[in-house]
Amino acid sequence: MNDFTKYLAGRVTAGGLSRREFMGRAMTAGMTLTAASHLFAISAAAQTPKKGGHIKLGLEGGAATDSIDPAKATSQVMFCAVRTWGDTLVETHPETRAPIPSLAESWSPSPDAVVWTFKIRKGVQFHDGKEMTTDDVVATLKRHSDEKAESGALGVMKSIKSIENKGGDLVVTLESGNADLPQIFTDYHLVIQPNGGVDDPTAGVGTGPYKVTSFQPGVRMTFERHANDWRSDRGFADTVEFITMNDGTARVAALSSGQVHYINRVDPKTVALLKRAPNVEILTTSGGGHYVFIMHCDTAPFDNNDLRLALKYAINREEMVQRILGGYGKVGNDFPINDTYALFPEGIEQRQYDPDKAAFHYKKSGHSGSILLRTSEVAFPGAVDASALFQQSAKKAGIDIEIRREPGDGYWTNVWNKQPFSASYWGSRATQDQFYSGAYLSTADWNDTRFKRPDFDKLLIAARSELDEAKRKDMYRQMAIMVRDEGGVILPMFNDYVNASTKQVKGYVNDIGNDMSNGYVATRIWLDA
Amino acid sequence: MSSPPETGSLQGLKFRERFPLLALIIERLLLSLVLLLAVSVLIFGGVEALPGDFATTYLGQSATPQAVANIRSELGLDRPVVTRYFDWLGGVVQGDFGTSWASRNSVSEQVGNRLGNSLFLAGFAALIAVPLAIGLGMLSVHYRNRMPDRIINIISLAAISLPEFFIGYLLILYFAVNFGIATFPATVFDGMSFMDRLKAIALPTATLVLVVLAHMMRMTRAAILSVMSSAYMETAELKGLSGWRAIVKHAAPNALAPIINVVALNLAYLVVGVVVVEVVFVYPGMGQYMVDAVTVRDMPVVQACGLIFAAVYIFLNMLADILAIIANPRLRHPR
Repeated sequence: MNDFTKYLAGRVTAGGLSRREFMGRAMTAGMTLTAASHLFAISAAAQTPKKGGHIKLGLEGGAATDSIDPAKATSQVMFCAVRTWGDTLVETHPETRAPIPSLAESWSPSPDAVVWTFKIRKGVQFHDGKEMTTDDVVATLKRHSDEKAESGALGVMKSIKSIENKGGDLVVTLESGNADLPQIFTDYHLVIQPNGGVDDPTAGVGTGPYKVTSFQPGVRMTFERHANDWRSDRGFADTVEFITMNDGTARVAALSSGQVHYINRVDPKTVALLKRAPNVEILTTSGGGHYVFIMHCDTAPFDNNDLRLALKYAINREEMVQRILGGYGKVGNDFPINDTYALFPEGIEQRQYDPDKAAFHYKKSGHSGSILLRTSEVAFPGAVDASALFQQSAKKAGIDIEIRREPGDGYWTNVWNKQPFSASYWGSRATQDQFYSGAYLSTADWNDTRFKRPDFDKLLIAARSELDEAKRKDMYRQMAIMVRDEGGVILPMFNDYVNASTKQVKGYVNDIGNDMSNGYVATRIWLDA
Repeated sequence: MSSPPETGSLQGLKFRERFPLLALIIERLLLSLVLLLAVSVLIFGGVEALPGDFATTYLGQSATPQAVANIRSELGLDRPVVTRYFDWLGGVVQGDFGTSWASRNSVSEQVGNRLGNSLFLAGFAALIAVPLAIGLGMLSVHYRNRMPDRIINIISLAAISLPEFFIGYLLILYFAVNFGIATFPATVFDGMSFMDRLKAIALPTATLVLVVLAHMMRMTRAAILSVMSSAYMETAELKGLSGWRAIVKHAAPNALAPIINVVALNLAYLVVGVVVVEVVFVYPGMGQYMVDAVTVRDMPVVQACGLIFAAVYIFLNMLADILAIIANPRLRHPR
């Protein structure tokens, strides 16, 4: 049984997949008819999803300033909301993050990966009763490519030259080849809206399993199941309710008293206590988000690679994962990719805390005096404590780090990406290419380490249009090693997504794509009576 | 009687003498307009002085120079500060508070909803807290320096000494989590029945009552006690009135002015100062709304909230002064 059929079987067990869909997909993946039907029977018997009920989610990350326009969805709550009422063309596999069909049934690139043809699913209905057409898809993608829409997806849409409807198929032509175009279309901003949402971007009408019934920004949002939904493996509860709860203690209290079924962002420091509550289940998923200390490679004293290496050896990663993440995370290796990305280059040596090596490189750099590190509580949860730990571990190598605590308000405007050495965080991106293009390409707006290497840029562009996976993976390995050994990022840890539900909740899928089951939590879970 | 300006001032004097209360109210209203204007300038200047403008803070870590420029030119943030302020003021004078920059919804509509919620919570908290505080204050005067007085003092002082979020968490822990008898979170929304709303706000109301009780109770006690030593109270006692009756009928009415002032102050606090309680109980009131707006420098919303908060303070203070005058016959009928 390969990974994909394993995953399909898992979704049958989780209640996600009908027999017909399962058989179809399993057999395309190379299973025989009998094997497939046998596997379906076993998996289906394990657990059948229960329909009905009212699911309540208590979510951090909403504000009165939230907008229901998917182009402007930035908060955690709106991310999850968009995933609940809308569908993207492509989804990602929860375990491998490979692209899998959603509103696009299949796709094929030209040999240079410049022109892509997507077959659009037929018979899909919007919440307002209209049938979704390829024109709606084209209009949606065009709206997000337009600068006036101020879409959060504008960055990933920049490389698109034209978007056309050719005989019912979506044909996308790129400026230059990109093997990751399907993954770009998994971006949550890009949910398909009637006529692209041009007429009424805030209507909240899509093709998702739930339709929006009320929305009060920063307070509450309610949904009801879309009766004519095109799939049967999602959307089990009759109604769903999101309550914005920005206070961590309030979320935990609401969950442990059974007033909500699911909460996000459980503080790692309190997980051990929450575990004791009899009716609570802790849900952790590895993710590609990470916490960093960033150095500007073009500013003294950080323009010296020995000094950068000294600081990289002077940080105690294991200690940080334990003390800052409460163990809910993985150590980082000074490049921004981990095994939650497709084509992750395995086997690169893990950098350890080594005061001797740190001292060696520090001496070689010829630097003397203290090094100023700017930090703030908003840089990442526990950033101030993490900076203090860094200061202590560096002291043992004879490096003197001076910490300056900056006000949280305005940190992203005045400190991050401005000052040469500061604490920060990054969320996960859909692909390695997206991450490196956004933050490590010489010309990237968010190149917050001022990492500017023509050979790296060349590799990145070449890897982008490479359709041969083995060759591509090797290129990503070379790039990872460049960033690890010469870049300006000190990456001590990748944080897990830590959420929690009541024991009544079944069918939760640990999706490495993003937090909250990649935003699909409300559509994937059901309530066991 | 010959020159008009004299007549005017003479009539003005007469008007003032004949209707001292009305004159005071008009004077106060005019003054509060000036105050509101000053407040709006202060808030505008304050938000301007914060690091970063709406475009950069709203986009946060994902701001690119192009996106920032787009938002700035769309909202006219590239114009001078003074122009923008008078633009905004022009709208407000015509009753238009504009639209929120972040959500693009009408500010008046959103504020209306949130203000309703805040007033609902504050109203019920006041309905319980004010009579309770004054009653307890009179009770502790009656039993002054005896056991009931001490108990009332200790409990109310303990409640005011604990931070409000801590009281909130304690109430949630016991009544929502452990005993499961109270509703939590206290989120209220459109279409919720009145009874459900009352249930939802039970815990935040209790928290607020505990927080404001001591201040009003102590002031009632102090104000009445200072009256108790007057000669007429001695007379009341000598003519054989019961202690309780003397307090309620003779002492309390004469101690009203300071009590009214403290009550007004606490009412204002209940409306504008409860953002922590709102966060803890997930209650959608004005405080949280304003904080969200300040975080992204959403100026139209910040301004609208600031003006409403200022107006509430000014109105309640004016009301307190007027009531104090009405409560005092010497002020009510000046010579």
